[in-house]
Amino acid sequence: MSEMGNVPKQTDQSKETKSIVLVGVGGQGILLASEILAQTAMLEGYDVKTNEVHGMAQRGGSVMAQIRYGKEVHSPLVARNEAHILGALEKVEALRYADYLRPDGLAAVSTQAIMPVTVSSGGAQYPQDAEELLKQAFPRLVYIDAAKIAGDLGDIRAANIVLLGAISQGLDLAMESWEKAIALCVKEKFLEINRKAFTAGRCHS
Amino acid sequence: MRRLMSGNEALARGAFEAGVTVGAGYPGTPSTEILENLARYKPDVYCEWSPNEKVAFEVAAGASLAGARSIVTMKHVGLNVAADPLMTLSYISVEGGFVACVADDPGMHSSQNEQDTRNYARFAKIPLFEPSDSQEARDFLKLAIQVSEEFKTPVILRTTTRVSHSRSLVEIGERILSEKKIGLVKNPPRFVPIPVWGRPMRRRVEDRLIRLKAFSESSPANRLEWRDKSLGIITSSIAYQYAREVWPKASVLKLGMSYPFPDSMIREFAAGVSNLLIVEELDDFIEQHVRALGLACRGRDVVPGIMELSVDRLLAARARYEGRPVEEPKPFAFSDRLPPRPPVLCPGCPHRGIFYSLAKREVVVTGDIGCYSLGAFPPLDRMDSILCMGGGISMAHGLEKAGEPCPVVGIVGDSTFFHSGITGLLNISYNRGSSTIIVLDNRTTAMTGHQDHPGTGRTLMGEATKAVSIEDIGRACGIERVCVVNPYNLDQTSQVISDEITADEPSLIVSRAPCPLREKKRVGVSRKILPEKCKGCKLCLNLGCPAIEGGEDGPRINETLCAGCGLCEQVCPAGAVISGGRA
Repeated sequence: MSEMGNVPKQTDQSKETKSIVLVGVGGQGILLASEILAQTAMLEGYDVKTNEVHGMAQRGGSVMAQIRYGKEVHSPLVARNEAHILGALEKVEALRYADYLRPDGLAAVSTQAIMPVTVSSGGAQYPQDAEELLKQAFPRLVYIDAAKIAGDLGDIRAANIVLLGAISQGLDLAMESWEKAIALCVKEKFLEINRKAFTAGRCHS
Repeated sequence: MRRLMSGNEALARGAFEAGVTVGAGYPGTPSTEILENLARYKPDVYCEWSPNEKVAFEVAAGASLAGARSIVTMKHVGLNVAADPLMTLSYISVEGGFVACVADDPGMHSSQNEQDTRNYARFAKIPLFEPSDSQEARDFLKLAIQVSEEFKTPVILRTTTRVSHSRSLVEIGERILSEKKIGLVKNPPRFVPIPVWGRPMRRRVEDRLIRLKAFSESSPANRLEWRDKSLGIITSSIAYQYAREVWPKASVLKLGMSYPFPDSMIREFAAGVSNLLIVEELDDFIEQHVRALGLACRGRDVVPGIMELSVDRLLAARARYEGRPVEEPKPFAFSDRLPPRPPVLCPGCPHRGIFYSLAKREVVVTGDIGCYSLGAFPPLDRMDSILCMGGGISMAHGLEKAGEPCPVVGIVGDSTFFHSGITGLLNISYNRGSSTIIVLDNRTTAMTGHQDHPGTGRTLMGEATKAVSIEDIGRACGIERVCVVNPYNLDQTSQVISDEITADEPSLIVSRAPCPLREKKRVGVSRKILPEKCKGCKLCLNLGCPAIEGGEDGPRINETLCAGCGLCEQVCPAGAVISGGRA
């Protein structure tokens, strides 16, 4: 897995609670990715808590899901500066939630840019140098074109699972459990594409 | 067997295991999935979406009087609608276990206010349970049914957004059915609160509260966790989970059955610790009581009572408590360069045509709660007030009677019309109003995730049923000017709105087109903009459509997002928008 910057990989702290934040835009499939991750951690025998946003926030707004697993987990919410991994399906959303990631945490960001209506209707600007800002914000950055990879595999909607595959490399969870979890969470007819998408993300370099 | 479940799934599981056979509710974030999950246990459980929370509450109450175990589900503001039956069901008491599952929304993620439902338990003099995770959601629902039956009292089980929508592991069990024979055992002095029988009921409510208090002292839902005794924290609900992370060494009195308060337990805990701190979300419900017991404590002076708590906010509270400076998070240098991303009407949303047509007119628009609340945002910017469900219709009438100089338009959704719009419409007709009421009929309860309602022709049990006509109801209410428009046809919509707002009698416009998200298909062929024809007037951007992206080279349409509603084609004066080919 390619990482920009030269910060060393985190040491294995399997007893510590791991915190993951997934962000994107309503409708991108953040909730499914979160569910698969949580199921995987459960299959590995961890205590797991997740949180997600429903209702108003899903109408094209900014969306966040949070997953924490470990020996005993109390809060379902991730604190600022706590997340080991930030997975983002959209560039500006990655930047918006950057302060959830701990300084040595890993950010996996899809290259996608989705214009908010605040930009289209004239008032706000989408930062043209988003990629540069990402590099500044995240010393450990995996920058992946999840939408293209998913599109090439046959369904652009599987970009969420490509991203999940990418962040899976930063987590101490076995491939076997990931596979089981995907089978548990995904409808039969979408299983094949999602398996491929996950593997493509996991092998991304 | 352990399963990963959201709080709402776990409540449904708890209800199933507790032998609940009737569930009713009205959708409302964050409560909606309780009933949706309970309905999956059909045919063992009968579930229904009622037109509103009051009706749902009464349905569940009726089932309980027949001896069935029942639950009713709603969001916090829904309990305001159901407050009438709540207050008197407390008097007439229940037969089969009856639990009102009410979900609060601290932080107002998807709500118009931040009220604390715990106050209703004290108000109605009934017990209150507050789970802090999914396991407790399942366990407490079962316990609540038991308590309800044993003390013949309705019970409130209160969750919050973070309890309802967090997932955690749940140990599940078998379903245990009630042995009660179904059938109302007639007993007017018990069930009919006319004054002669109501006054003794009033006394029984107080007696019951005393007995419940004794039960609360030994309830398994209330728990003393002795750790370091220099600090003791009394807490409940999700605040417990945050407090455990922020003060891992402190002793904790965790209230799961938090009303009536277990006074002896509170006194024992207070006596056992050197300092007492109350950590609770929203109102100072526990703190006021602890202070009334004459116990010194801290709480609201360090723990905020506005907006939801979190580990971050409690870390700051801890700093305040310990007299340390509070570290403000340092924003990234780029934070102010990030464009906001508020929720918006989806591409292809039929509401857009109405708001766009209204935006061109000098009118006052009173609306209410639903996806169409999003019409308040720029560039549509066409919602001038929101009060409550159905409120837009009645408020339009009030504005008009006050002499508002602009024409007044009341907006309501289809599900909301059935919820509490009909009486407002009746009022306009009865009291000789002339407001224009628009029902945005997208054939579903969209905002909460597409639930059926009396107009859709389908029940929560999946059965076909009569689809009630909004136009017929309008006419039955005495409205003579009733018309239906296709909101994707801007000329027609605009013309009808013009005609109706200038009419000197009330009108009902039904804007009818199904929610494309629900239909899971495009409205039409996707559109594209021909750059060579585009004059750069940006009129299309006034639609506030997420599929139309502005830019320095002029607007372009994101074909993946475009739902093909064609509004941009109708708006473009240069004929630069054409069908793009994706069907």
